Amino acid sequence: MDAMAAIKQTFFQECEEQLGELETGLLVMEDGGNDPETVNAVFRAVHSIKGGAGAFNLDELVHFAHVFESVLDHLRAGRLTPSGDVLKTMLRAADMLADVVHAARDGQGADAARRDALAAELRAYDLCALGHEAGGDDEGVCGEEAGGVAFVPVAISFDDWDMDAAPAGHHFLIRFTPKPDLYAKANETALLLRELALLGETAVTCDHSRLPLLEDLDPEGSYLSWTIDLRTSQDEAAIRNVFEFVEWDCDLEIISQDAEPAVDGAALDALIEKMQTAVEAELGVTQDIAAAGQTRAVEPPVPQALSTPAGNKPETISSSQTTIRVDLDRVDRLINLVGELVINQAVLTQRMLEAGLARASGVANGLDELEQLTREIQDSVMAIRAQPVKSVFQRMPRLVREVAAMTGKSVRLTTEGENTEVDKTVIERLADPLTHMIRNAIDHGLESPEQRAAAGKPPEGQVHLSALHRSGRIVIEIADDGAGIDRSRVKALAAAKGLIPAEASLSDEEIDNLIFLPGFSTASTVSDISGRGVGMDVVRRSIQALGGRISIRSKPREGSTFTMSLPLTLAVLDGMVVTVAGETLVVPLTAIIETLQPRGASVHGYGGNARVIAIRDQFIPLIDIGRELEYRAEYADPARSVALLVETEGHMRSALLVDAILGQRQVVIKSLESNYQHVHGIAAATILGDGRVALILDVDAVVSGSRMADSGFDQLCATAG
Amino acid sequence: MSKTILTVDDSRTMRDMLMLALSNAGYNVVQAEDGMHGLEVLKEAQPDVIITDINMPRMDGFGFIEGVRGDGRHRAVPILVLTTESDAVKKDRARRAGATGWIVKPFDPVKLVEAIRRVAA
Repeated sequence: MDAMAAIKQTFFQECEEQLGELETGLLVMEDGGNDPETVNAVFRAVHSIKGGAGAFNLDELVHFAHVFESVLDHLRAGRLTPSGDVLKTMLRAADMLADVVHAARDGQGADAARRDALAAELRAYDLCALGHEAGGDDEGVCGEEAGGVAFVPVAISFDDWDMDAAPAGHHFLIRFTPKPDLYAKANETALLLRELALLGETAVTCDHSRLPLLEDLDPEGSYLSWTIDLRTSQDEAAIRNVFEFVEWDCDLEIISQDAEPAVDGAALDALIEKMQTAVEAELGVTQDIAAAGQTRAVEPPVPQALSTPAGNKPETISSSQTTIRVDLDRVDRLINLVGELVINQAVLTQRMLEAGLARASGVANGLDELEQLTREIQDSVMAIRAQPVKSVFQRMPRLVREVAAMTGKSVRLTTEGENTEVDKTVIERLADPLTHMIRNAIDHGLESPEQRAAAGKPPEGQVHLSALHRSGRIVIEIADDGAGIDRSRVKALAAAKGLIPAEASLSDEEIDNLIFLPGFSTASTVSDISGRGVGMDVVRRSIQALGGRISIRSKPREGSTFTMSLPLTLAVLDGMVVTVAGETLVVPLTAIIETLQPRGASVHGYGGNARVIAIRDQFIPLIDIGRELEYRAEYADPARSVALLVETEGHMRSALLVDAILGQRQVVIKSLESNYQHVHGIAAATILGDGRVALILDVDAVVSGSRMADSGFDQLCATAG
Repeated sequence: MSKTILTVDDSRTMRDMLMLALSNAGYNVVQAEDGMHGLEVLKEAQPDVIITDINMPRMDGFGFIEGVRGDGRHRAVPILVLTTESDAVKKDRARRAGATGWIVKPFDPVKLVEAIRRVAA
């Protein structure tokens, strides 16, 4: 990829970061934060985007960013108050900016109408701020450029002077006397003379008459002046250009020696000096230079009340972490290789054991160390790819704004635990379920402002998004303070759709879980957001596909909380290796609460072939894995099996019946879907130490599959008490 | 012997572009991410020219230039500021802080090298 294309890619990556900073900063400001550094950071974000965009000629982006930047400049200079309305517009502008950036990146057009409308709003703020500026006078100084006073570089251009009239060369006499400041700013006469020499022929003389003796010489002083006789085909503008940086720090006279000057040289010089002084005295003013030959009275410039830029305060230094940027492909490849290494190491150990070679203590120790090392490498490598959920959470505020606007509700989103880390493989698959759940919470959970007011709640609904680590998994919760699940309605709807028997008596928890059933949707009209064929069942399935669980808690009139629990990575798994009907399976350790040897007496049958096991005063349904997975038709004898007590979503407990436990191991997860196809009850596959493939059990799928066929159990519980 | 140029800019994109233009022109490039980082880098490096942005976190261009001019070892190093076209105010402020000259953003690699030549031997 060529260099500029690579930099363009970097630019768009950087834009994402800047857009994130922009939104975060604006939200802080909306919350009432008035730290000047926040406003500055917000300004810089847009300024940076504009700067880069200019380099790549992304004109639409430059224009919009410029208008946006102007308003932000007013905000940071205190010329505009960050009221609620202003900030809401800023947030909408930030969303639009993101769209324009993405349009520029993907080569498609952004919504021009919306963009222009927003640009007009921004310009209005711009003019308003400037109007306040010129003493409340509404005809604020507005430049040609959209949305701001056009500052023309003070280095005056003389193109209008028509000095080029004579096609023949020009002859100039230049008198140049540097002031001490010129040197203080590291400018060098020699270099200037060299540049002049590039314009044509020069003859330079130096006047050192003012040079004192050594003992009186101030090394930083300036005592010399030069006269340069220049013959050039270029015009005076080119000469001015050479002195562009130093004009204020020297006395400069350029006298044309041409026979018929197009302009009266003396008058020109006089005008230049006058303008220089005027410009030096009053800054940042547009001077329009009239056509050739006209001397124009210098207008008193419009006073600009410049507030001290807050940018000078050094920020508190955050702990500097050295980081490097790495190509994601390389990390993925590394993780795959390490995965293979883990498998290889296990195979090696196994073979050594089988061959009886491990008896030699040296070998056994060596193998142990190898296993330790491999584990450590794997942990370290997995940590590389671990990312904070922040990247996913950051997309939510905008989503909330859009859904709130679409449903006419007032919503406030709070987040917690954004820095909780999880493997990249999980993060990517998080966004969709999260999006659906938040849409759901706002659309169905939260009431309209009127309803809330009637219920005595503040008109603004709350949605709280949090992430934390718990028992080796990451738990993400979405809590709203809405109306909670309308249980009677849900039950009626489920019965009407034939999902449950009409007279079924269900616990509150069970009714809540009905929303996860396929075909269930409470939206009476398929609204644009939640009803797009994506019900909670799709959400649950996508979470289960990640090896995760989802559950819901709800209190009528107070709100609902969805809890998602996900594995920390999709790459490796700590599992218990078991055998069932001669097959080797792996059961994720995080799902297992305990293992036990059932005694015949504790197992009870009920209604048909269903069985339960009594464990410490509780009846837990027994699931025969051999039969569930159709490995065999006969029922396992509990007395000759092992039961794994597992907990699944909604704190439901079940006991999985397997033949024997072989051990505990960390296994590398290999996707079954990408290599074969999805199989019900199986989450993934792995390669064991002996080289055989073992299937990883999808505990949730197996349990829920079995439970659905087993509605009689709950009745049993009810009667057994 | 090729010259060394210190570029100070918080935008990665800008740093990359400066690096590209300057190394193509035969200069060695040292980078810093903001004013504070720039001053740290100057503890070790001895650039021949410094190019700095103005809007940066932690310490902006003005603060940085003042810092450089106040340092005995580097006060005579030419400093060019990157400025947007419309910012005469900023340019003057930079000048008064001690900037030698300026380059307009988005910059033309040719003009960039010209500006450098104008301030460095």
